[in-house]
Amino acid sequence: MNKKTTKAKTTKIEPAEKQPTKLEELQEKRERKMVLMQGNEAVAFGALDAGCNFFAGYPITPSTEIAEILALELPKRGGVFVQMEDEIASISAITGASLAGAKALTATSGPGFSLMQEGIGYAKITETPCVVVNVQRVGPSTGMPTSCAQGDMQQARWGSHGDSPAIVLYPDSVKECYELTIRAINLSEKYRTCVILLLDEVLGHMREAVRLPDMANVRVISRIKPTVPPHWYKHYDENQKYLSPLASFGEGYRYNVTGLTHDQLGFPTNKATEAADMMERLRKKITYNIRDLVQIESYKMEDAKIAIFAAGIVARAAKAAVSMARQEGIPVGLLRPLTIWPFPDDAVRKMLRDVDVVVVPELNQGQLVREIQRLVKDRSDSKLIKIQRVNGKLISPTEILRKMKEGM
Amino acid sequence: MMKNYEIRLSGSGGQGLILAGIILARAAVIDKRRVTQTQSYGPESRGGSSRADVIISDQEIYFPEATNFDCLLALTQEACDKYLFDLRDTGVLIIDTTYVKNLALAAENTYEVPFTDIAIEKLGSPISTNILSLAFLVKITGIVKEASLKQSIAESVKPAFVEINHKAMQIGFDLAAKYGK
Repeated sequence: MNKKTTKAKTTKIEPAEKQPTKLEELQEKRERKMVLMQGNEAVAFGALDAGCNFFAGYPITPSTEIAEILALELPKRGGVFVQMEDEIASISAITGASLAGAKALTATSGPGFSLMQEGIGYAKITETPCVVVNVQRVGPSTGMPTSCAQGDMQQARWGSHGDSPAIVLYPDSVKECYELTIRAINLSEKYRTCVILLLDEVLGHMREAVRLPDMANVRVISRIKPTVPPHWYKHYDENQKYLSPLASFGEGYRYNVTGLTHDQLGFPTNKATEAADMMERLRKKITYNIRDLVQIESYKMEDAKIAIFAAGIVARAAKAAVSMARQEGIPVGLLRPLTIWPFPDDAVRKMLRDVDVVVVPELNQGQLVREIQRLVKDRSDSKLIKIQRVNGKLISPTEILRKMKEGM
Repeated sequence: MMKNYEIRLSGSGGQGLILAGIILARAAVIDKRRVTQTQSYGPESRGGSSRADVIISDQEIYFPEATNFDCLLALTQEACDKYLFDLRDTGVLIIDTTYVKNLALAAENTYEVPFTDIAIEKLGSPISTNILSLAFLVKITGIVKEASLKQSIAESVKPAFVEINHKAMQIGFDLAAKYGK
């Protein structure tokens, strides 16, 4: 090309009238004073505070704000944002980025979450840390994009084929959206697996007054690095807690990555003992660390004879119902799982021992209540009240209260 | 300690009700109150029904959706018909008579104002109807400080549009003053 022509084409662009950019607006929210913030915004800020430096995704309602904010914020701090051609590519990109040392995250909703399932299984079998945020909307298929649902609770556990463990978290407030995003990234790094953060449409779009904590009070966990020289490195070695060190590509360590069942070095194997070892490690790193993984909120359960078991936005209605019932002198409490998977079996067993009636409201056709039913078997005299809704509308506190009284 | 004050702003997509909800919620934050703001809208960005709920309180707010409104703003006939009956007996009803022609049930505290017509007449466009009617609502109910609303508008809209929105706000305040508020 002619150099002169190139030079001639360069024209100075005069800056437009000074207006605060979206970036400056976002900066204000990060000044850690009390501000009005959306659930999706809190997820994006949580990701940044946890050290997320790679996002690949495909925008979808009601999760789009997460991608929008990270597209603005990541490049500023040397991170990478890629808008992919679809969700299969998105989950693949974050898995690859993670192996190269990045803390990687993607955000989607039901239709995209379905597409990601194979890739989620790949991240799990290759024990690659990454986080998938699923802001649930009404399904199946495209469903109702702007309406709220909790239809992906079992998919988050069983969506990918083959037996695999799952760590799935579910907040119930804007503040908790921030906190659990950090926790999701921390757990993915610590346990070397794909962690799923569930939100729902109302939670993702809801605004509340929030003050982000000072960075000094944010606990960030990063993957354990190998302490052995490269020629001794086993990509799937494990310590007493079934956690494995992880070397990034480019750090001088060599390993093979495959979706095939593999040995400790990462090479494919059909040997029964090696296959069993791999599957056991995947299982044990979850089941042997239940105490670290399971988080529940117990609200007014001390003297409760009736318990409501609810997660996400439905737990907010449940909490209001508890307050209303308590005013009428009915001893009701709420048990809320912040960790959906692994399921809080012990806490639910205790709840079933302590109360006579359990109410399970949920925005699906019975996904949480299945787990209660699995545990209720030893106590056939416990009464179970199911409240289920899949029409895009929320379950209200008065509805919970009414159904509870009807079933008492 | 005051109980939850529930406000529903309702109308059709494109009337700026969600922005109005955000501005009201932000004003409540400036007042150091507790607040939640939620919304419901269709998959389309214009037309279709749209609503924003704002709950303001001094205690923790559990359920973020307004169920029994202390105040309902309805900018369309459809919204008015749909939500009117969830207004508390003592609640404040504010309707835009440019579009709401039939009022099935007049609440005790009903304010009927042609907000859209006034916006067109005084500001040359219906675009600021949301701020005009929100300012009216704030002056009538006193739910947030007027200065906080002004600050919130400045923080929520693009700088180029602050002036026109502040003008719309003042028109809303002046209209409410005529009702002795």
